[in-house]
Formats: sequence, C-alpha cells, structure tokens
Amino acid sequence: MRKIRRWGPGLLLVSPSILLIAVFVYGLIGWNVKVSFSDWRQAQQTSGFDTGAYGELFPGDAGQTDDFVRSVATGDQPLSLSTDPAWIVDLHHALLFTLVFVLGALLMGAFLAFLLDKGVKGEGFFRAVYLFPMAVSFIAAGVVWRWLMNPAPGDRSTGFNLLFDKLGVGFLANEWYLGVDWGAAALAVPAVWALSGYIMALYLAGFRGVPEELREAARMDGASEWRVYRHVVFPHLRPVTLSALIILGHISIKVFDLIVAIGGKQLITQTPAVYMWILIYDARDYAKGAAIATLLLVGISVLVVPYLVYTVRSEREV
Amino acid sequence: MSERYGRARPTVLAAALVAVVAALALPAAGLGVEGKSDQACQLSVFSWWTGGGEAAGLTKLIGIWNKAHPDCKFKNETVAGGAGTNAKAVLAKRLAAGNPPDSFQGHAGAELRDYIKAGQVLPIDFIYKQAGFGKVMPASLINQIRYNGKIYSVPVNIHRANVLWYNPKTLKANGIAVPKSWGQWITALQKAEDAGLIPLAMGEQWTAKHLLETVMIGALGPKGWAALWRPNSQARWSSKAVTNALNRYNTLLGYTNSDAGSLIWQDAGKLVADGKAAFNVMGDWQDGYFSGTKKGGNLALKPLTGYGWAPVPGTDNVYDWLSDSFTLPKGAPHQAAAVQWLTFLGSRVAQDTFNPVKGSIPARKDANAKLYGPYLKSALKDWKSDALAGSLTHGVVASNAWNADIDTALGLFLQTKNVSRFQTALVAAAKKNS
Repeated sequence: MRKIRRWGPGLLLVSPSILLIAVFVYGLIGWNVKVSFSDWRQAQQTSGFDTGAYGELFPGDAGQTDDFVRSVATGDQPLSLSTDPAWIVDLHHALLFTLVFVLGALLMGAFLAFLLDKGVKGEGFFRAVYLFPMAVSFIAAGVVWRWLMNPAPGDRSTGFNLLFDKLGVGFLANEWYLGVDWGAAALAVPAVWALSGYIMALYLAGFRGVPEELREAARMDGASEWRVYRHVVFPHLRPVTLSALIILGHISIKVFDLIVAIGGKQLITQTPAVYMWILIYDARDYAKGAAIATLLLVGISVLVVPYLVYTVRSEREV
Repeated sequence: MSERYGRARPTVLAAALVAVVAALALPAAGLGVEGKSDQACQLSVFSWWTGGGEAAGLTKLIGIWNKAHPDCKFKNETVAGGAGTNAKAVLAKRLAAGNPPDSFQGHAGAELRDYIKAGQVLPIDFIYKQAGFGKVMPASLINQIRYNGKIYSVPVNIHRANVLWYNPKTLKANGIAVPKSWGQWITALQKAEDAGLIPLAMGEQWTAKHLLETVMIGALGPKGWAALWRPNSQARWSSKAVTNALNRYNTLLGYTNSDAGSLIWQDAGKLVADGKAAFNVMGDWQDGYFSGTKKGGNLALKPLTGYGWAPVPGTDNVYDWLSDSFTLPKGAPHQAAAVQWLTFLGSRVAQDTFNPVKGSIPARKDANAKLYGPYLKSALKDWKSDALAGSLTHGVVASNAWNADIDTALGLFLQTKNVSRFQTALVAAAKKNS
C-alpha cells in the first residue's frame, strides 16, 4: 500500500498520456502492420493473412535485383518479376535524395558553423539568417523552389536557369527535378537549404562545447589551426554528427510535403511516402500502402533504435 | 512520509482519477452531443466544389433547395482540392468510420465502383424511374454509368475531354489550318515547330494521360475504346491497333514542350493563349479558364477570336465524356431528403441553373441552349448527336487501382519512350484489373 502511495499518483498523472500513446501510436502502428499483412487491396478484404503486398515491394528473385534495377533504368525491365516498377523508381529517388540531402546538409552545416566559430562580426545576425529557413514549412519552401528550379527553356525560363543565362553561364541551365537520373538530387537541394542552418546550430554548440584549454594546449604544441580542428575539435563532435545524421536521415526517409509541393503526383518525382499516399487514397490499395508505411517505419527504426541505445548507454556511463 | 500527507493522498488520487476519466470521456461526449443535435433535418452534401464556377453553381443550387425545403436546410460539406484528391481521402475516412454524408460527389462511372463494391452506396434506379431521367438523358450515358445492371448516381453535368484548343491568331499568322485528321495534325504540328512555336503544349503527368486517352480513342474509335475496359480485356490491349495508337502517342510527345512536368494544366493552356504554342489538348474546363474574368484568375479572352476549339483530330463525332455525379450513401442520416436532393439534381431546372455557371453542359438533352456561351452551345449540339466514350483520366472507364497502374506505366514511358515496354505494362495492368 505504501509503495502504491509512492508511485501511484505519479503514474496516475502520466497515465492519460501513456494510454493515448498506447492507443494512438503503438496501437495504430500495430493495426497498420496488420493491414499490411492482409489482402485489403480493393474495397473489401476477405481472408486474414496475406503477404502479397510485400511481394510486390521486393524483387521476386533476389539474385536478379541488380539486373532488375538496371533494366528498369534502361527501359527494358523483364515482366516476369512481380515487383512493382513504381517502387523501384521510388527507391532510386529515395536513395539519391538521402545521399544528397544528408551529406549536403551536414557539410553545409559544419562549414557555416566553422565560419561562425572563427569569430564573425554580427554572429547573432548570421545565425538567425541561416536558421530561418527551418521555420519555413516544406510546402511553402517547395512552392518557392519550384519557381527557382523551373526547367522551362529559352525565353520562358525563370529562377536559376534565368540567372545562369544572365551571368553568361547558360550551359549550367538544366532540367532540375525533371531529370530522369538526377532529378531526385535537385529535389534534395531545397531540403539542404532548409536544414543546413539547423545543423549549423548543432555544430556551433558542439564547437563551443570543446574547452578552449584543449585548443590552446594543441596550439602550444605547435599545431596549425587546421590540425587543431582535425585532431582536437572534430573528434569531440562525433555525438553531434550522429544526432544530426539521425535527424536528417529520418526526415529524408519520410519526405512527402516538399516533393508534392515541387513535383505534384508524378512518377518522375515520386518518393516512397508519396507512393504510399497514392496507393491508399487514390488506388485504395490499403495493404500495399500499409506495407510501405511499415517499411518506412522499419527504415527509420534502423536509424533511431541504435541511436537510442547508444544515448541511454552513454548517459549511464555519465 | 508523514501520516497527514498520506491521508491527504486519497483525495489527490480521486481528483487525478476524475481528471483522467474526464479527459478520456470528453471527446466522446462531444461527439455524442453533435450526433443528437442533428435531429432537426439537415441535408449534408459532400463535394469538392469550393472554388470558381463550381462553387458559384452549387451556391445557386443551395438557394433553390433551401427555398423549396425550409424544413431541411442544406449543409454544405466541402473539402478543397482539384479533382477531389483531398476530398476523396476525407470521404474514405468518413465512410470507413460509418459516418456518411447524405449524398456525396463522385466522378460517374468506374470510379464509383469501389464504393459500390464496398456496399457504401445504394442503387437508385427507382429515382430514374419516378423522375423519368431515362427519357431525357442519352441511353448510352445511362448504359455507361450502370454497374451490374444498376444505377448508383445522378450525373449533374457533362464535361468533354477530347478538345483541341488553339489560338486563331497564331495559326493564321503561321499559315496553319485547324487539323481534322491525324495526318493533318502532324502536318500542322510540323509547321508550328518550323515556325519556332511549341507545337503541342502539355503539362504534368495527368495531362499526359489525358492526351493519351484522346489519341487512343481517335485511333481505336469509341467501340474499340470501350472494349478495352470490359472484363478479361488483356488480349485487346496487346492488339496491333493499340500498338498503332501508342506509336501515334509517341509521335505526339515528340512535339511537346520539354518542361511539361513542371506545368499545371492552366500553364499549358496559357502557352496557347499567349501565342507561344500552337495547340493544347485539355478538357472543356479550359473554356472557363480562357473566357472567365481576370478577377477570378482567368484570362478573359473572347471565344472564337481569342481562342478556338475543335475535337481532337480523329475524334470527330465522339464525345469523350466525364461527369460529376451524386450518390445515395448507405446509412445516410436523412435518406428521404437525400432522395429528393438527387431527384432535384436531375431536373432541368437544377441542371440549367448549375451548368452555365460551372462551365459544363447538362446530362439532359433538353437543356435551354440560350443560357450557354459559344463553346457550351457547340458542346450541347455535339452531346445530342455524338457517340460517347468514357474518360480514363477522369474516372469513367477504369477503377482507381487500374488507373494507378496505368499511371505507373505511363510515368515510366514518359521517361523511356519505349512503346513496346509501355504496351506490355498496359497489358499487365489490364490482366490484373480487368
């Protein structure tokens, strides 16, 4: 009884949120997984268990995966495989988007933080300027970047292509997000723009967290400024980089609004999350939509769970 | 822990418990209250008519309805979003939750089949019988919206998809004639290209599908087109005739603008209006965009001089139609009123009130032509005599799932331009869905 009195009220206080999270987060995740393993492909579902939806999201013959992706790219994909060609295109886009977005935002963020750390006049001003894009929603940013990355040729060009033309570097003008091979990289540019300020803030905090004494000690030992960063500051930033990777990675895997704002619902710009939306609300293929949702969740968990384990462990060590 | 503190605890516990229960129960209670206040009759109608001529037309219909039914006023439940993309998502959630409106909008034809198969809408043949719609609407229209022998919706308006738009001044200045046949069209496109124009303006992927369907109807004819959508039609999809149609489509794509994927349909139409492109294929909602007021975001052009129209070459005497229609959901809270609403929608008064404002024609053949502008007058005439072909892009002939598979096949084709690969994918889609 005494024990209950000790933890009872606290538990009662958090119980609404535990209950709500249990139902609306974990309950719905469970329901989603259940739907993904059903045959709810059209209006109604019949039997209980069916892996058909996943079957269309994995190449029928694992050994042929590489050939398969290549043949989709060249346009003569064999039909014998049951894999949904849209999904292969989505994966290609997701991979390219993730690479450009995560690396771009990390490098830009670290570079901006490095510049500010070196002591610029009006640091607060620049910090705000670089951080602001994060306050703009992806939808609004997408509308603006759609105009900036307008692929229209000749006298109809706007945004970057027009700028390139006026600057006399017209050969740089390109078709941006409409490119078959590299379109997804163009889609990642606005995302880099939006998030690099945030990454900068993370790194800046990281830089400031490195004790000045360490830097001075290195300088006393005759280390050049580059070596100070290379061997003293950067090794201290590993946890920051890891957090940044997790944050960027999970945004990248579930990116939806930015893509829809720029490219709409077209295969040329489609990502897994957009396809999930199309399957559920347009095609009403609930099982396959749920299967994609589940795969996205697994993808994000692969990133987040090891990070959580790492954090919990390092906190214990502290 | 002191004894006094311990004794005070039960009250704290109780208070917390009450708070928890209240927090959980309140939303539910809120819903209950809402359900009960519905006892006064209110006709809830769900649509995506939130802007432009459609919203204005709906407002007029609501005015007539409220005057005639003061005891059961109209409750306008709209969700914004072109072609109902967002609205359909909201509706799907409501229907799945067993909370249907009294009537909801849907494209007539196969797009409604998901609702029909799920038992979410009721057959309304009795309304057609009582109101005599069968006598005033084209028999082929009623045949094409029938599913398993029953009718499930009342078409309010008819749009035409196979319209070729051009700028008379541009064509005249470059000596281009309005094409009537496939051969003439290619000649005209080539001339436009030589003159430095965009021969055929096209927009994002769905407008490419729109173009595809008009080309296929032209090449296959309305009967051949209809045959593609019957059960077990995969053999027809692999026929020579389809190969020929797809080759034509591929040829046309060679005359389109390279930035199509970045343009919405209005952008593509504006290229024609601005004299930068020779032709554009779009549904007749383009008429509203071209002739509507500048204040409404339209171009305020004069019909016939500022812009001209013709059937897409090869589809003369074919009306590639689509229609907004309304249904009777199962479990509609006010079913009697919903039946009256559907009867009203099919009436000449309602259709002649709504359509001139929306920029479409009535499904009925007895419309008062005086109420309509130049384009719609010509459409009214064609509607009475043309053969009908249902639209693919706008939900008449194929289910949502089939449409999605065709979207994927088309999306890949736009990237690769590989016709035989495209046809194989279309055959596979037919095999899976027909």
